[in-house]
Amino acid sequence: MSQDPKHVLANTAGDEVAIEPLTVNLTVNDQARRVTVEPRMTLLDALREKLTLTGTKKACDRGECGACTVHVEGRRILSCMTLAAMVEGKRITTIEGLEQNGALHPLQSAFIEHDGFQCGFCTSGQIMSGVAMMGEARAGWPSAATAEVRRPFTLADLSRAEIQERMSGNLCRCACYPNVVDAVADAIARS
Amino acid sequence: MHPFALSRADDPAKAIAAHAIDPQLAFIAGGTDLIGLMKDRAALPKRLLDINSLPNMAEIDALPIGGLRIGALARMSDVAADMEVRRQFPVIAEALLFAASGQLRNMASIGGNIMQRTRCAYFRDETDGRCNKRNPGSGCAALHGLNRNHAIFGWSQSCVATNPSDLAVALTAMNAIVIVRGQAGERRIPFTDFHRLAGNTPQRDNVLGRGDLIVAVEVPPNAEARASHYLKVRDRASYEFALVSAAAAIATDRGHIRSARLAMGGVAHKPWRLTAAESGLRGISLDDGDALKSAIAASFSDARPLAHNAFKVELAQRVALRALQTAGART
Repeated sequence: MSQDPKHVLANTAGDEVAIEPLTVNLTVNDQARRVTVEPRMTLLDALREKLTLTGTKKACDRGECGACTVHVEGRRILSCMTLAAMVEGKRITTIEGLEQNGALHPLQSAFIEHDGFQCGFCTSGQIMSGVAMMGEARAGWPSAATAEVRRPFTLADLSRAEIQERMSGNLCRCACYPNVVDAVADAIARS
Repeated sequence: MHPFALSRADDPAKAIAAHAIDPQLAFIAGGTDLIGLMKDRAALPKRLLDINSLPNMAEIDALPIGGLRIGALARMSDVAADMEVRRQFPVIAEALLFAASGQLRNMASIGGNIMQRTRCAYFRDETDGRCNKRNPGSGCAALHGLNRNHAIFGWSQSCVATNPSDLAVALTAMNAIVIVRGQAGERRIPFTDFHRLAGNTPQRDNVLGRGDLIVAVEVPPNAEARASHYLKVRDRASYEFALVSAAAAIATDRGHIRSARLAMGGVAHKPWRLTAAESGLRGISLDDGDALKSAIAASFSDARPLAHNAFKVELAQRVALRALQTAGART
């Protein structure tokens, strides 16, 4: 946010709310971007409406379905529950930024090979979630499917049940879940 | 969402002073509950103060006496992945992992988690209007409505909602302490005193007031924590709030319970500590299922189910038993 916080704090006692547009600097898919937003604009709407990155989908808009999943500083988050002005200076990755030198990310290829989607509306969220989830598992994060959280977690522990649990924040109206799990498992095996 | 102003706090004292004088100002950290409340018009703050840049509030540190201090801005996923949390307090790591989704756990802060508001459908529904928590004095639609998910302990005619936090149940069992900084300085609130029963003022979920900022949660060491477990029963296998949950921890002596800790979620307006059961469990063999059941039952003599949730009285006792037995297997 470009506003001086001290200036704003000095004016918090009045009832009238003077709402100023905020200029936000972001790095989106490795490019420096600047957007001017209302404070209430979500990161999801800023990506779609201001930056025309419409690969990120708006479905429930309540943090319940995962279709809007993007990465902030490499971590998967829900862009519908994030205010754009609160990610000032952060590195954002969307589905448009996953490919490298014209080649799809291995998980994108795996979704095609394993038919991990039908209508496709949840797919960008599924893939963004899956890519970050693979990093979490590599970093040794346990999940609710982990039998013993007291022990370190390794990739060898990443069973189908683990993948299902770790991907449960992404709903698929077409119920392509078995193929989504196949795609993620395959991408991990190949990486 | 309604229009609001947004600014960023860089100094805790100034943030606390701003919150103290301005009833229309709300702190925002992860935002996973507050943004949802705003979208549902259950919270309409005119000003948000982003506290994510406040210094030294996201760390997980060892306490000099043992145990851990978890900063209020630490994210659920970081706390759940922390090896010291997992080794010393498995019940806390499990409670975090059984909550929400991977995306939400990356966003949600520990301070926000224990502040989250009820998932009662009548509270979240802006069209009904009969909710004393949302609109004080408007009545409680759940009292004679669909109350399958609601309280069986300690409810009032004003409100029958339950607290949705899994973490809060584990922290209750662990006798955690909420460290709050206010205008008069820092104070330490025992976890069992942090949340309130609804009484006639269900609009207040906890004891915090204007100008109060949660800075950390301290979890002191205890003899039972290493053999602890969080068990959550819900309508879906994942990504759902609890119907009933239990945090259990025990210390044993040659197969007999020396001391036990037991708290439950999904049964009351606050995490529910089963003190009568804890007393009765002392000295019982972990293999004596009938004795364990009787000891747990002592905490259910004052259960008062509603029209649609009588099943919770039996379910909760079974969940408590299984949580204790699983914790026992860790001794």
